[in-house]
Amino acid sequence: MSLKLFKSRPDAELIIKDAAKELKAPARRLFGKRILSLGGLAMLSGCNITDDKSINAMLRRISSFNDDVQALLFDPARLAPTYPESMITRPFPFNAFYDIDEVPEVDPSTYKLEIGGLVKGKRVWTLDELHAMPQESQVTRHICIEGWSAIGKWGGVRFAHVLARAGADTSAKYVAFHCADNYSTSIDMPTALHAQTLLTLTYDGQILPPKYGFPMKLRMPTKLGYKNPKHIVAITVTNDYPGGYWENQGYNWFGGS
Amino acid sequence: MQIQPLWLRITHWLNAFAVLIMVTSGWQIYNASPIFRSIVFPSAITLGGWLGGALQWHFAAMWLLVANFIVYVAMNVFTGRLRRRMFPLSIRSIVTDAFAALRGKLGHDDLTHYNAVQKFAYLAVIVDIVIVILSGLAVWKSVQFPLLRTLMGGYDEARVVHFFGMSFLVAFFVVHVVMVALVPRSLVMMIRGR
Repeated sequence: MSLKLFKSRPDAELIIKDAAKELKAPARRLFGKRILSLGGLAMLSGCNITDDKSINAMLRRISSFNDDVQALLFDPARLAPTYPESMITRPFPFNAFYDIDEVPEVDPSTYKLEIGGLVKGKRVWTLDELHAMPQESQVTRHICIEGWSAIGKWGGVRFAHVLARAGADTSAKYVAFHCADNYSTSIDMPTALHAQTLLTLTYDGQILPPKYGFPMKLRMPTKLGYKNPKHIVAITVTNDYPGGYWENQGYNWFGGS
Repeated sequence: MQIQPLWLRITHWLNAFAVLIMVTSGWQIYNASPIFRSIVFPSAITLGGWLGGALQWHFAAMWLLVANFIVYVAMNVFTGRLRRRMFPLSIRSIVTDAFAALRGKLGHDDLTHYNAVQKFAYLAVIVDIVIVILSGLAVWKSVQFPLLRTLMGGYDEARVVHFFGMSFLVAFFVVHVVMVALVPRSLVMMIRGR
């Protein structure tokens, strides 16, 4: 039988071919195993990947590229949707980087808002002066970076009017905010000048309560929640990237919606 | 003869890589504010370490997912592969093949030919990725894309669509990997092309 097999050359060739295949098979199997273990390793070391410096640097670069993309996508004329008052979320959730019992208490009698940096006009503001300006209100959706959303009603002064009165250089890149709770954030100028960007003094028709940011909160329905600073005490118009509390830890800077 | 052309193998594996990152980082993001209280993903199978890290991964891998997906679909259409390998497809053939598969009577001898269930699954997952991308875009930019937001039923609803899109994708992945384990030759083919 075997003699017969080896008699004709084509058969012999086939056998050698098969043998060669068999030899290759372990290598192939090993390759398969490696693929599996590489995937397994990638899964297991999930947290290690996150700790890697070069990968973190790459992720931050892409995040800042995404800032540019969002600036392009941002249409200054496009308004965020507004809702009827019946759709307001009650109670509107409290949200901060601390618990509700740590909300800062700001004394309205001594409070002064400072607007600094690239401004030529009014630098120091009292609450009364802000209340004396034309007020408007809007019912909009607050979208948190965590994913949840809630509808609320904020009222106050259009931020573009405040910047105009302050004589701000609106060709500057950034507007930075410093808050009584040591929170900070910063936004792009086109968003600062957007028609729905309000320096709000009231919530649902009442003076802004401490839990929602007394004495004032910058409300932008075109940006995520963490970009909307509360308890603002100082505003700076600048061309130097100011960063922010969450942004410095890795949240995307533009944070547009 | 090449059964799986090089462009297909490259886009397949890039897609697998992108989907793995998108899903595991997406689970971490989901955990920050679960849509369904009873569904939370164990941190051992999530990527990013915390919400901020997961978002960085998610919004980095999205470019790979979208760019690669566009190349994949465009090549499938222009080379005629989509028409050749996914069609003709009828509901009757899907049902027939599905019953045959359940009885264990569906052969995988000829890997150059997809059975009707396979064709349907591959087409469905392509449509699902479109849904996942569009709903994700609606969640990310609900103000800038009003039409997309309305199409999804609103911001909160877009999150739900995104979640079920992910669920289908993961279900596909599980079945896909089980089938590959049953027919290992298909894995070799997706690597070597033959």
